[in-house]
Amino acid sequence: MSEPLIPTAQKPISNRRDSLVMLSRVANSLYWMSRYIERSENVARLLDVNLQLMLDFADFDDDQLEKHWLPILCSAGNEKTFFQLYEKADSESVTEFLTFREENPNSIISCLFSARENARQVRDQISLEMFETLNECYLFLKSSNAREVWQTGAHEFYEQIKKYSHLFQGLTGSTFTRNEGYEFINLGKFLERADKTSRILDLKYHILLPSVADVGGAVDAAQWQAILRSASALEAYRRFHVEDILPKKVAEFLIFSPTFPRSIRACMQHLDEDLHRLSGKERREYKSPEERAFGKLLSDMNFMTIEEILDTGLHQFLQLVQTTLDQLDDHIYREYMHHPPVDTQAEILLHQQQMQQQQ
Amino acid sequence: MLLDNYETEDFFDEMFTERGGGVRPHYQRVADRLQLLDSGEHRRKQTAVDLAFMRGGVTFTVYNDDQGTERIFPFDLVPRVIPDTEWQRIEKGLIQRITALNLFLHDIYHDQKILKDRIIPPHYILGAKHFRREFMGFNVPKDIYVHVCGTDLIRDRDGNYLVLEDNLRCPSGASYMLENRAALKRAFPDLYRNARVQPVDNYAADLRKVLQYVSPPSLGSAQPNVVLMTPGVFNSAYFEHAFLARQMGIPIVEGRDLVVRDARVYMRTTSGLVPVDVIYRRIDDDFLDPTVFRPDSLLGVPGLVHAYRSGNVSLANSIGTGVADDKVVYYFVPKIIKYYLGEEPILPNVDTFLASEPQDRGFILENLGKLVVKSANEAGGYGMLMGPWASKEEIESFREQILANPRNFIAQHPISLSRHPTWCNTETGGRFEGRHVDLRPYILYGEKITVTPGGLTRVALRKGSLVVNSSQGGGSKDTWVLHSDS
Repeated sequence: MSEPLIPTAQKPISNRRDSLVMLSRVANSLYWMSRYIERSENVARLLDVNLQLMLDFADFDDDQLEKHWLPILCSAGNEKTFFQLYEKADSESVTEFLTFREENPNSIISCLFSARENARQVRDQISLEMFETLNECYLFLKSSNAREVWQTGAHEFYEQIKKYSHLFQGLTGSTFTRNEGYEFINLGKFLERADKTSRILDLKYHILLPSVADVGGAVDAAQWQAILRSASALEAYRRFHVEDILPKKVAEFLIFSPTFPRSIRACMQHLDEDLHRLSGKERREYKSPEERAFGKLLSDMNFMTIEEILDTGLHQFLQLVQTTLDQLDDHIYREYMHHPPVDTQAEILLHQQQMQQQQ
Repeated sequence: MLLDNYETEDFFDEMFTERGGGVRPHYQRVADRLQLLDSGEHRRKQTAVDLAFMRGGVTFTVYNDDQGTERIFPFDLVPRVIPDTEWQRIEKGLIQRITALNLFLHDIYHDQKILKDRIIPPHYILGAKHFRREFMGFNVPKDIYVHVCGTDLIRDRDGNYLVLEDNLRCPSGASYMLENRAALKRAFPDLYRNARVQPVDNYAADLRKVLQYVSPPSLGSAQPNVVLMTPGVFNSAYFEHAFLARQMGIPIVEGRDLVVRDARVYMRTTSGLVPVDVIYRRIDDDFLDPTVFRPDSLLGVPGLVHAYRSGNVSLANSIGTGVADDKVVYYFVPKIIKYYLGEEPILPNVDTFLASEPQDRGFILENLGKLVVKSANEAGGYGMLMGPWASKEEIESFREQILANPRNFIAQHPISLSRHPTWCNTETGGRFEGRHVDLRPYILYGEKITVTPGGLTRVALRKGSLVVNSSQGGGSKDTWVLHSDS
């Protein structure tokens, strides 16, 4: 017996009869709807930027191409599935895989189909405008038109995908009631965004570790610029640092900026506030070991410098960020969304017992 | 103009009097507007409406491949119009019918006077597929069995309204009544504004009031937690479930969101278990609770029926209403009205023959090629033989089925349903042609009985077809009840 006969012992029974209660299943759908949309936008931007970057490196041979695209593939996961479908990683195969392949659960099309399926599950909770936007996006991707747009101009296609996400997030801000559901939408968005920013920055560690001769050269600069653009951060960075694009400064900006809304720290700050609003705990109190680990990392980041991170290793630090976020995701699921599955046999037994006792 | 060559042929036409005759007074405004229409304008309006339905997800899903294709329920832009006096009679008839049927349900689950008085032979009721003997003697809140009813009405050759089916379990389509109205207002704002049409917008609020009204007595005056229970997103009516839940501002739940403890129903929320008091369930009796009905049901909630019997949760509609949907019981509804109310039915039945009565059976078997034969417990246009249009094999197959199980069949003369001008695309653009229609008004039974003015007009889009079901090539129209008679 893995589940107790009366699995509700671990969950309190409330007598609330107000309109603010939220089904666990609904919380789960709102969270994933939001994560998938944010993910699709990030994948779209990453691909768009790198396709454009490749225009400047038209003389790359197969080997160099693979060296460029493989880490991008790995950062999005599912490289195993990729090699079942394609022989080699190049611009065409990787972008197709990450855009249209339904075999890949993290492709843009899979993300947006899942987002829309989740939205359908909570059709009664979200605004008509939010649903219509997502549904329009779904209908666009389902139509043959989508692939035509992509083939004739990938940039326009990715622009369109990003616009759906921006529109959706804007409408969420302007039409969704600030209730518990809003916290789950935000948790999904900021957790995904922090994770993606860390992965984009980590790309440089994988691919872009150039030979010593390249450091500071044209290739290096172009690549760092691509990193910034992948996080939608180029202009923000320039306003902040009126000088050349320096690797250290880029890493610092994307990790620490308290004001740029896609930096890891800014996203984690939002997460921290949402977590507290949900749990009702005081500001520096945390509900579980996972939340505490998250709080500790955020707190450390308030005192750390980029030099310290680079000394111990940027990659190691980014991995710590990703692990902490993964564990936080687990915690959110267990705490708010998971109820032990109903064991029908046990339930039947229980009700038969209860009915006998009444005789 | 587009209506100039319109042919009423040998049918009752909703808009025109006899062949080549004039426009009925209550259709004058609509006809005038249609005369101004050209096929280009029609196409633009139709495209706008279809796109809005598609974008808003006002769709049902057809699973013919593993992908699932979303379809809209085809919407015809020409509204069906009912004058006020005619509607008042329909409304009275529907109220009379639901009142009698509700008394009938109460009686057969209690004293069974109607059986003892031999108005209905007892075996028809006690042997009915949807009779729930488990609920004998059970009292439903406020004695209301049928909270939501969607009666199917048709009109015969002379324009008389007849009741075709009662639909007392989970009638669907109310969301389309509301969405169609919204679409028509967008397509023809001027026409609508001047036509003085009675609004349908109160449906959701009225439904919510009904659900609150029947909350368990033990709750006292506290505001009940009302939920809508759906089979899930893959159900063809899921759009409607989500739509109504949104309009009423209540949560939509699946069986897996609910759990029963100590004969009380709870929903599983982010802050633990929260009690549920009233369930508007869009799921059949059979699937409600695997411990009582179908043990293989994964859609239901174990213990739900026990909680219901204990009076801790109310269900709308109540368990056991399906017995009155049985087409053999339908045959007796005029007698039921007379028995409980002492009145003649305002809305008559279609003449019906029972295959289980030897005399009727002989007649049915001799005339299979001329009759419509229906299974007693099927819906949605299934399990039907349309004699005049059927093949020899189909007729013989029904003959065998009737002989094997006569209780399961009834027969009726085919009714040539009324027709309505409906847009038909042609190679050169399109034109209006007559297509057969029916009418499904929605009746809500709470503190009082409310009939939403209008309802869902379904139209058989295929030329000559009498089948209006959405699964079989049916579309729908907005239905206007005017404030006056013209």
